[in-house]
Amino acid sequence: MALIADLAVQGLQMVLVVGAAPLLTGTVRKLKARLLRRRGPSIIQPYRDLLRLLRKDAVVAENASWLFRVSPYLIFAATWVAAALVPTFGTGLLFSWSADLIAIVALLGSARFVVTLAGMDVGTSFGGIGSSREVMIASLAEPAMIMIIFSLALLARSTQLSTIAAFMSSPAVGLRVSLAMASVALVMVGIAENGRIPIDNPATHLELTMVHEAMVLEYSGRHLALIELAGALKLLLYVSLIVCLFMPWGIAPAGTGWQTHLLGAAAYLGKLTVACVALALFETMVAKMRVFRVPNFLGAALMLGLLGTLLLFVSRGL
Amino acid sequence: MHGLNFDVAHLLAGSLVLVSFMMLYQDRLYALLNVFALHAVVLSASVAWQAYIHDAPHLYITAAIALLFKAIVIPIALHRMIVRLGIHREIEAVGSIGPTMLAGIGLVGLSMAVMLRVTADSDLLAREDLAFALAVLLLGLLIMVTRRNAVSQVVGFMSLENGLVLAATGARGMPLVVEISVAFSVLIAFIVIGIFLFRIRERFDTVDVQALDRFRGERR
Amino acid sequence: MTGAPATVSLLGMAAFFALSIFALAGGRRRLATPLVYGAALALSAMLHVNAVVALVAAAPAETLSLPMGLPWIGVHFRFDALAAFFVAVVNLGGAAASLYAIGYGRSETWPMRVLPLFPAFLASMNLVVLADDAFTFLVAWECMSLASWGLVVAHHRTPDNLRAGYVYILMASFGTFALLLAFGLLAGPFGNYAFDAMRVNHPAPLIANLALALVLIGTGSKAGLVPLHVWLPLAHPAAPSHVSALMSGVMTKVAIYAFVRVVFDLLGPPAWWWGIVVILPGAASAVIGILSALLEQDLKRVLAYSTIENVGFIFVGLGLALAFRSNGLVAMSVLALTAALFHVLNHALLKSLLFFGSGAVLTSTGIRSLEGLGGLIHRMPVTAVAVLAGCMGISALPPFNAFVSEWLTFQAILLSPALPQWGLKLIVPAAGALLALAVALAAACFVRIFGIAFLGRPRSDAGAQAQETDGFSRMAMILLAALCLGAGILPGFVIDGIGPAVQAVAGGQMPHQAQVAWLSIVPIAQSRSSYNGLLVFFFIAASALMSVALIHLLASRNTRRVPAWDCGFVDPNPALQYTAVSFAQPIRRVFATTLFMAREQIAMPPPGDAAPARLRVRLRDLIWDTFYVPIGSAVGIASERLNVLQFLTIRRYLSLVFLALIILLAVLAIWR
Repeated sequence: MALIADLAVQGLQMVLVVGAAPLLTGTVRKLKARLLRRRGPSIIQPYRDLLRLLRKDAVVAENASWLFRVSPYLIFAATWVAAALVPTFGTGLLFSWSADLIAIVALLGSARFVVTLAGMDVGTSFGGIGSSREVMIASLAEPAMIMIIFSLALLARSTQLSTIAAFMSSPAVGLRVSLAMASVALVMVGIAENGRIPIDNPATHLELTMVHEAMVLEYSGRHLALIELAGALKLLLYVSLIVCLFMPWGIAPAGTGWQTHLLGAAAYLGKLTVACVALALFETMVAKMRVFRVPNFLGAALMLGLLGTLLLFVSRGL
Repeated sequence: MHGLNFDVAHLLAGSLVLVSFMMLYQDRLYALLNVFALHAVVLSASVAWQAYIHDAPHLYITAAIALLFKAIVIPIALHRMIVRLGIHREIEAVGSIGPTMLAGIGLVGLSMAVMLRVTADSDLLAREDLAFALAVLLLGLLIMVTRRNAVSQVVGFMSLENGLVLAATGARGMPLVVEISVAFSVLIAFIVIGIFLFRIRERFDTVDVQALDRFRGERR
Repeated sequence: MTGAPATVSLLGMAAFFALSIFALAGGRRRLATPLVYGAALALSAMLHVNAVVALVAAAPAETLSLPMGLPWIGVHFRFDALAAFFVAVVNLGGAAASLYAIGYGRSETWPMRVLPLFPAFLASMNLVVLADDAFTFLVAWECMSLASWGLVVAHHRTPDNLRAGYVYILMASFGTFALLLAFGLLAGPFGNYAFDAMRVNHPAPLIANLALALVLIGTGSKAGLVPLHVWLPLAHPAAPSHVSALMSGVMTKVAIYAFVRVVFDLLGPPAWWWGIVVILPGAASAVIGILSALLEQDLKRVLAYSTIENVGFIFVGLGLALAFRSNGLVAMSVLALTAALFHVLNHALLKSLLFFGSGAVLTSTGIRSLEGLGGLIHRMPVTAVAVLAGCMGISALPPFNAFVSEWLTFQAILLSPALPQWGLKLIVPAAGALLALAVALAAACFVRIFGIAFLGRPRSDAGAQAQETDGFSRMAMILLAALCLGAGILPGFVIDGIGPAVQAVAGGQMPHQAQVAWLSIVPIAQSRSSYNGLLVFFFIAASALMSVALIHLLASRNTRRVPAWDCGFVDPNPALQYTAVSFAQPIRRVFATTLFMAREQIAMPPPGDAAPARLRVRLRDLIWDTFYVPIGSAVGIASERLNVLQFLTIRRYLSLVFLALIILLAVLAIWR
C-alpha cells in the first residue's frame, strides 16, 4: 500500500513538473510585461507556443548529423529525470535514492553537454559562439553548485535531497551565515544556468550577446518544442530546488497522508508564486551584463560557496 | 546559550566577513565608501546584539560609536573629500579579481585554522568572534595592500580597525575608557590622513600613492 | 583456472618476451603485424581473465621466487589482490590495444620499430605489478621506461619526436633515481630489499617522510603529477596511437600502483600531513592539466593533458585515503581508496578509447590538429559514436563510468569533518572545489574536441575525404565504449571487484554492493547518499523513448532539409566556423590570463590597407619557465665549465684519479 502511495507521489511529481513548467515561464513573462506596463501575453501562451511548434514541420540543416536530431530528446529526457527527482510538494519520492544532489547536477551537466554539441553540429558561427560561451559559464557555475552542495551536505551529513530537505525543515538548522551564503550563491547559479537576464536574455535574437538562443538557433518544429520545454523544466527545477532547500516550510514528509500532501501542494504553489514575482522583479531591475562580466558574477557565486563551506567550521556542530 | 541568540550573533559576525569581501573587489570609490558604511553598520549591529545577549550595556556605547563615526561621519567626510579632490570618477585598477578573492579565501581559511585551534577550550561565541575578527583584520590588510589610491587605503585601514572592535567584543568588550580612546585615536588618524591626502594632492596632483614612491626615487 | 594465478601470470610474461624475440626475428614479414598483435591479444586476454578470476574468488596472496637476479636476493613475485586488480587493468588495456593494433598496425610505416617493443612493454608493465623485491621492481620499471621510450621515438624522423624522447628519458631516469633512493632508505642498513621484509620493519618517521617524498617524486614523474608532468604531453602523443593509449591509459596506472604499493603497503603508518602532501599536487594537477588541454590544438596532446587531470584526481583520492588512514578512520579510508582505484579502471578504459579514436582520425585524415578536422561524424560514424561515449564518460557525466568514481571521491571529501586536524578539515573541501572546477573544465574540453573534430563542416580537404577505420579498430573502440557504459550502469559489481584489492592494503573494504536493492551503490548509509546508475540510465532511456513515441504520435513527423539558417547569415566557407582556438577563447580569458599569462595581441592594418588583421595569442608555461629552464641552463653552464676536462694531458688525468683516491681514503679515515 505504502509502495503504491509512493509510486503515486512519484508519478504525480513527474506529470506535475512537466505540466507546470510552461506555466511558470508564462507567469514570469506576464509579470515582467506588467512591470513594464505592457499587457503581455497570457500566462498560458507557452503552451500555445509548444503546440504550434509541435504541429509544424521540423526544418533541419542539410549537413546536420543524427546527433542534431537525437539531441532534443536526450536533453529533454535528462532534464525531466533531474526535475522529477527534486522534491516539490512532498519529500517522499519513491526514486529519490536513485540519484542524489550531485547526480542531479551531473544530469543537468549531461543535458548541457548534449546541447552544446548540438550547437556545434551544423557548423555555423552562431552555434559555435553559443556553445563556447555556454561552456565558459558552466565551467564556473558547476563548481559553484558543487560548493553549495558541499555546504549543505556537510551540515545535513547527506547529499540525498530528501534528507537535506528534511534536515532543513527541522529546528536543528538555525541561522547560519554559511547557509545564507549558499542560498545567495544558489540563486546566482540558478540565474546563470537558466540564462536569465543579467547573464543571458531569453527573449533576444540577432544579438551577439546571446548564449542559449545562439546554440539552439538551428532548431525548429518539434525539436525546438522539446528544447523549450526542457528549458522551462530546468527553470522549474531550480526554483523547486531553492524552495525545497531554503524555504522548506509546509513540504509533506515521506509517508504522511494525503492531507499533508495537499497542504504541501498549496504551500508549493504559494512559494512558486513568490519565486515568480521575485524573478520578474529582479529581471526588470537589472540590465544584462557583458559576457566578460559574467565570470565575475559567477566567480562571486563560487567564492560565496567556498566561503560558506569554510565558515561552516566556525559554528557549532562541525 | 540559546540557539537563536547564538545564531544571530554568528550571522552578523559572518556577514562582516562577507562585507569585507565585497570591499575587496569594488573598483569605484563611491561604491567602496557605501560598502564600508555597510561594514560599519553590520559591525555595530553585531556589537549591539552581543551587548543584548551578554547584558553588557557598555557594549551599546561601542556600537553607538561605531554607528555614528564609522557608518555616518567618516563615510560622509570621505565622500566630501573625494568630491573636493575631484577623484570621484576615478576607477581604480584593483588587480585581477580572481586571485585577490582567492587570496582572501586563503586568509579566511588561515584565520580559521589558527584561531579555532588556539582557542579550542574557550567560549563558543568568543571563539567564533576571534576567528571572524582575525579574518576581517587580514582582509583589511589585503585591501590596503592591493590598493593604490590613498582614499581606499584609508578605507582598508578603517575596516581593519572594525575587525579589532569585533575581537574586543568577543572578549566581552574592553574597558570603556580604552574603547573611547581607541575611537578617538582612529578619528584623529583619519583627520591626519585627510590632511595628508590634501598635501599629497597639492604636491603631486594625484592621490595615487605610487607618486610617493617616485618622489623617493624608488621607481624610475 | 584454479591453482596458481601467479604461475600463469609469470608464464604469460615469459610468453610476451618470447613474442618480442619472435617479432625481432620475423617482423619484416607482412603477416608479422597481425600475428604479433593477435598473440598479444590472446596473452593479454588470458592474463586479464586470470587476474579477474583471482580477484573475484578473493584468492589468497601467493608468492614465488626464482633463482635469478642478484644471488643473495633472488627474484620474488607476489600475486595478491592489489596486484591482481592492477594486472587486470594493465591487461585489459593491453588486450584492447592489441585488438585495435591488429587493424591500426597495418598503416604502420616502420613495423620493425614497434612490433618487438610492444610485447616487451606489456610484459614489463606486468612485471612491475608482480615484483616483490626492490631489485626486480626497479629492473622491471626501467624495462617499462625503456620499452616505452623506444616506442616514443619509433617515428624519430617526425620533428619534435626526438625532443619528446629526450625529455622523456631524462624524466624517466630522474624518477627511477628517486625510487632507487626511496627503496634504499626503506631497505635499511641491512639491505632488506625484499618487500616482505620492508612490510614488517617500519622505518623511523624521518626516513618514512623522506621515502614518501621520494616515492611521490618517482611515481609522480611517471604518472604525470604537476610539476613533473612536462614530458607527458610531449611523449605520449609522439608514440603510435595504440602505444599512446597504453602509455596514457595503463602506464600511468602502473605508476599509481607503485605509489599505492609503497605508501600503503610498505611504508608503515602514515603521518597526518602526508594526506596534504599528496592532495595538493593532485588537485593542482587536475586543474592545470585540464586547462592546458583546453588551450591545446593537437588532438593527441589534448588527450595527454587530460591524463594529467585524471591522474591528479586519482592522487587526491589516494591522499584522502592516507589522511583518513592516519587517523584510524578505516571505513572512510577504504571509501577514498576505492574511489581512486575505480577511477584508475575508468581512466584506463576511457583514455584508451579516446586515443584509439584519435588514432583512427589520424590514419584516415593524416591530421592531428583540431583546426583541420570537422564533420567526421558523417564520414566515420562508428568511430564518432565510440568517441562520443568516451568524451561523455571522461567528462564525468551520468550514466557513464567516470561519474561514479568522481561521485565516490566527492562522497569521501564530504566525510572530511571527521578528520581532527584543522589543516585537513579546511584543505580537503578546498581541494574538492578544485576538483569540481576540473570536472567542469573537462566537460568543456571534451565538448570542444568532439564538437570541433566530429561535428560541423570539414575544415580541410583531407578532413573531408576521411574514411571509416578498419573493423578491428572499430571493434576495440566499441568494446571499450560498452565497458565504459557498463561500468557506469552497474558500478556495484566493479566496487565489489575492487574490494579485495582495497582489503589487501587498507585493512577493510566497502560494504558489499551487489546485495543492495535495485543494484544501487550506497557508500556509507542509504540516508546519506546513494546512486543508481541502472535506474538513471533506465529513466533517461525510458523518458527519451516516451517523448519520441509521443511526439511521433501527436506531432508533425515531417522533416525538411534546407541550408543552414544561422540567423540569415550566409557563410559558405567552413573557415567561418568556430575553431578550436576561438572555442576556448572565453575560458582562456577567464582562467589562463593569470595561470598561463595568456595575452592577446591584435594587429589591425591601418584604414585603407587590404592586409588581414591578425590576432596573436601568447601563452607561457610558467612551470616550464620557472622550474625546468633554470635547471637546464644550470646544467648547460656546468657542462661548459667541465668541458675543460676533456682536453687534459695524461699526467693530469692521472693526478685527478690519484686525488680522487686520496680524498676517498681521507673520508674513510675521518668517518670510521
